[in-house]
Amino acid sequence: MGITQRVIAPFKQTTGLARWILLSGLVLVALFILLAIFAPWIAPYGHAQVRVDGEMFPKNGPPSAEHWLGTTEGFYDVYSRVIWGSRTALQVVIISVVLSVLLGAPLGLISGYIGGWLDRVLVLVMDALYSFPSLLLAIVFAFLLSDLLGGGVLSAGVALTVIYVPQYFRVVRNTTISAREATYVEAARAMGAPRRTVITKYLFGNVVQNVPVIGTLNAADAIGTLAALGFLGLGIQPGEAAEWGYDLQRALPGASAGIWWTGVFPGLAIVLLVTGLTLVGEGLNETVNPTLRKRRLLPFSLPPRETAAVIADEPKDDR
Amino acid sequence: MASAGGSLPRYIVQRVLLIVPMVLILVTIVFLLLRVAPGDPVSASVGGRLSEAAQAERRAALGLDRPLYVQYFEYLGDVATLQFGETISDNRPILDIVKENGGATLTLAVAAFLIALAIGLPLGAIAGRFRDSAGDVVIRIFGVITYAAPVFYWGLLFQLLFAGTLGWLPSSGAATPVTIFEVETKTHILLIDAIIAGDSDAVVDVLEHLILPAFTLGLLLSGIFIRLVRVNMLQTLQGDYIEAARARGIGELRVLRAHAYRNALVPLVTVIGLQVALLMSGAVLTEATFNWPGLGNELIEYINQRDYAAVQGIITLFAVVVVLVSIAIDIITALIDPRVRY
Repeated sequence: MGITQRVIAPFKQTTGLARWILLSGLVLVALFILLAIFAPWIAPYGHAQVRVDGEMFPKNGPPSAEHWLGTTEGFYDVYSRVIWGSRTALQVVIISVVLSVLLGAPLGLISGYIGGWLDRVLVLVMDALYSFPSLLLAIVFAFLLSDLLGGGVLSAGVALTVIYVPQYFRVVRNTTISAREATYVEAARAMGAPRRTVITKYLFGNVVQNVPVIGTLNAADAIGTLAALGFLGLGIQPGEAAEWGYDLQRALPGASAGIWWTGVFPGLAIVLLVTGLTLVGEGLNETVNPTLRKRRLLPFSLPPRETAAVIADEPKDDR
Repeated sequence: MASAGGSLPRYIVQRVLLIVPMVLILVTIVFLLLRVAPGDPVSASVGGRLSEAAQAERRAALGLDRPLYVQYFEYLGDVATLQFGETISDNRPILDIVKENGGATLTLAVAAFLIALAIGLPLGAIAGRFRDSAGDVVIRIFGVITYAAPVFYWGLLFQLLFAGTLGWLPSSGAATPVTIFEVETKTHILLIDAIIAGDSDAVVDVLEHLILPAFTLGLLLSGIFIRLVRVNMLQTLQGDYIEAARARGIGELRVLRAHAYRNALVPLVTVIGLQVALLMSGAVLTEATFNWPGLGNELIEYINQRDYAAVQGIITLFAVVVVLVSIAIDIITALIDPRVRY
């Protein structure tokens, strides 16, 4: 079975509530992916646009026909910022999840398979990173990377990567350790397969199954952390792209003055996208994780009466 | 993992010894991150304000002109003796920051924790007892939303409603300037200082300022408590001794309270310990939302001033706290639950 098939296969096995959770999550996430891809066509204005035809947008303007969700204190159009923000969020999340899988999974594989002092040191370092408050870790990295890579999507994505590497490392390492002793791996070794082949051909496919679940749950977390960085002024800088967390920070001073539209909508976007990703993750978890999965019963129709009596006498099969 | 002895003192000694490598690793990571970074701390924080010569002097005074490994070992020595150094931008000892702003963070954290327990424990128990009922579904959705909505979004919504529309509560700060000016500083915990001073107006003022931030942070934690208590309740209710209690004719309420609930709470102690990291992240964001004068707010301020020494000191302190709390929780769990002392 190819790796893609392995990844897709669980979805076919979903039933009932798990499938419903997965589907509603997928719909929400798909909505934001569409918004992100077609942002230039959907958003009426640019993410940093403050005037049209030489005329300035109103400051803190309430929702109106020209500005469906109002304008901010920086003269931006809230509706456009929310849509462009989905593009930024997804870009950052993709960068961070892909990078952390690329770093964490191979490290876990090697650490688990080779073992010894390398394994011990890596586990200790990863555990230390994991136990540290993730936001503080992201803050430190964002602080450093903003000097190095600038305040754009890339540096935010890399800053978030650091938080999630330990998780992939742990899961892949633990599965590797249990798979390492399995008969088929022993057989491969006995046939003289080099270490490299054992890791890439035999172990990789079997330990990679958990990655989609952690990936989506981490993606949900990453959206929140990105927004948190933006909210603290350490994320994506306003000139680079639209970012929901930054918009929330700018909306804060107006909140006690009753200016609600600048904050409510970007926040709602965060909530919806995080919920969508969480639902996908939970749905996947229930299907991939055999202990949570309910098996779907195959449709079964009784055979005609006279043969039924014969079958009933035969020894029963559990399946 | 079962070791021969398995005695409690031995377990405690093991855990305490583990503090050393954990703190060492975290401290090393923090040090490397902030020192290997491009640009040097002095020019980054006071570059525009001081001349080249004065900057070089500052560098020498801070020991930044020496080899990296010398700095590293000196830094380790400092941490071991709890001397976290001074900030670069305003020459403030890090320990003073902790003393002056730690109280506010502690007040916020404790209040939020109490609110989270008050919301989370009963709701979680109800959801677990009446599984799949309408109440269970509503409570679980509430739990999901508290997780999905960032803590600063809750803060913003609360400010909109209670400070803006209704005008009931103040939207930022720990107290009005008058209160801060009048209450004599003794413990650096404003609420306690106000109580010591016997100033009832000040106490009310401080409490009013505390409500919104504490609820904001408390909601974040309550979602986790709900989920944990619910799951533990579900598991405990399946236990044979619960059935035995019911069979003996003990009333349902008593079964829940005396038999199930207490046992459902044991695993919670461990998990509460793990939430310290989340509590810290949440506190930083809540403090930023409500301009709460705590450690998180100071951290963000020093980051914006690009003060490496301050950032390093505060982050190191957080790291030490995280490790100490997690070890303390391990020991408490071992005291409560003998099975843990393997």
